Amino acid sequence: MDTSTWITLALTLKVATWATAINLVLGVAVGWLLARRNFFGRELLDAGLTLPFVLPPTVLGYYLLVVIGKRGWLGGWLYQSFGINLIFTWQGAVIAATIVSFPLVLKSARAAFEGVDPQLEKAARVLGLGEWALFFRVTLPMAWPGILAGTLLVFARSLGEFGATLMVAGSIPGRTQTLSVAVYEAVQAGQDSVANTLVVIISVTCIVVLLVAGRLAPFRVVR
Amino acid sequence: MSFDVDIKKIVGGERRRFSLDVRFRTSVRRTVIYGPSGAGKTLTLQAIAGLLTPDDGRIAFNDEVVYSGSAGTDVPARQRGFGYLFQDYALFPKLSVRQNIAFGLSKGLRNPREQEGDEAVQQWLRTFELVEVARQRPAELSGGQRQRVALARALVNTPRALLLDEPFSALDPELRQRMRVELDELLKRVAIPVLMITHDLVDLEWFGDETLYLRDGAIGERPASASVIVGVPS
Repeated sequence: MDTSTWITLALTLKVATWATAINLVLGVAVGWLLARRNFFGRELLDAGLTLPFVLPPTVLGYYLLVVIGKRGWLGGWLYQSFGINLIFTWQGAVIAATIVSFPLVLKSARAAFEGVDPQLEKAARVLGLGEWALFFRVTLPMAWPGILAGTLLVFARSLGEFGATLMVAGSIPGRTQTLSVAVYEAVQAGQDSVANTLVVIISVTCIVVLLVAGRLAPFRVVR
Repeated sequence: MSFDVDIKKIVGGERRRFSLDVRFRTSVRRTVIYGPSGAGKTLTLQAIAGLLTPDDGRIAFNDEVVYSGSAGTDVPARQRGFGYLFQDYALFPKLSVRQNIAFGLSKGLRNPREQEGDEAVQQWLRTFELVEVARQRPAELSGGQRQRVALARALVNTPRALLLDEPFSALDPELRQRMRVELDELLKRVAIPVLMITHDLVDLEWFGDETLYLRDGAIGERPASASVIVGVPS
C-alpha cells in the first residue's frame, strides 16, 4: 500500500469519527426529545430528520450545496462573517456524512429512550434526584445499548458515504478524497489494483465495525 | 402528622376520560385508601408524591403546602421528602442491591459505587437481611427480597412519610401474608406516617387505623362489599 492510500484511509477515518461523534451527541439529544417530550410537529420533525435515509444522496448533496454553498443562506453568512468556506473541504465531507447517517442513530436512540420504564425515572425523582442527575444515572444507562448500536451503524455508514460527499467535498486527493470516492476514481482511471486494495480495506473495516457493534451492545447492558 | 388533600385532575383523551376529584384529611399514623382498580388510587398517591401535577386543588402535609393550584405552589417530588414504594418496586435493574439502596443518598451525576460503604446503607442491609445478596442485581432476587430492597431504598433517605402503592400485589399469596406481618412490625419500629393504597381488603385490617374509600375518582362511603368481607362493624 502506498502513502496516498494511507492518507486516504486516515482522512476517511477522520471524517467518519467526527460524523459519529457529532451524531452521538445530536442523536441522544433529539432522540430523547422525540421520545420524552410531546410537542406540536413532533412526528413531522422525526420524518424530516429521517428523510436523508430515503432521499438519493445526490439530492441531499444538492440541498447541502444550496444551504452551505458560498451563495447559500448559511454558507453565505459563514463566508461573509467569518471567511469560512465549507465546500470542497473535509469539514464539508463531515457535514455530508453526518446528515446522511443521522437517521440511523436517531431511530435507535428514540426507540431506546422509549423503552426506558418511566417508573424508574419517577423512582429517581422521589429519591431526590434532579432532572440532569436522573438522565445520566437512570435514563441514559438504560438506553445506552440501543444508542451504542445505532452509533456504530453511523460510523459504518459514514465510512462508505459517497454521493453527498462527492457533491459537497469533491474528490481532491489527500484533502477531501475519501475511500469510497477513491474507489470510484480508481475504477474510472482503470487502476484495478488500487481499486482492489481500497475495496478490501473498506470491506474489512465495515465487517469489523459490525462485529464490534454486535458484541458491544449486549455486553454494555451491565454497567 | 396530617395529610390534607383536595385535588382535581382530568386524565385521558376525548374517548376515555377519567375525572379525579379527591378530598380528604387524615391525621392518624396509618391511613389506607381502599378502592377497586381504576378508581384513581395511584393517581392520588402520585399527586401527593409530586409525580403528577393536579389541574387544581391543594395538598398539604403537616400544614406545609406542597401543592396549591390557586397560589401556584408545586414543590418538586425530589424536595417533598416522601418515601414511595412502587407497585412493582421500580428497582434499578443495572444496579446492585447495595447501589439501589444507596441511590438517593448521593444526588450528583454519578451512581454510587459498588464498594461505597455508607453506614446507613449497611444498617438497612442488616435490618432487612439483605447482606448476603448485597452485590446481586434485582432480577436475581425473590419477590420478598425485592420489596425489602425497595423499602430500604425509600427509608434510607429518612422520609417524612411513606407512600405505599399496593405493596403486596406483586407477591404470591403465601408470601403476601408473611410480608404484611413483616411490614407491620417494621412500621411500628420506624414510626413514620404511612399512606397506603390497596384493593385488597385484608390490608385494611392490618394497616388501616383509618380507611378511606375511593370509587370512580372520588372519596365516598364505605361500600357494602367492604364491610361484608372484612366484617367491620358498621
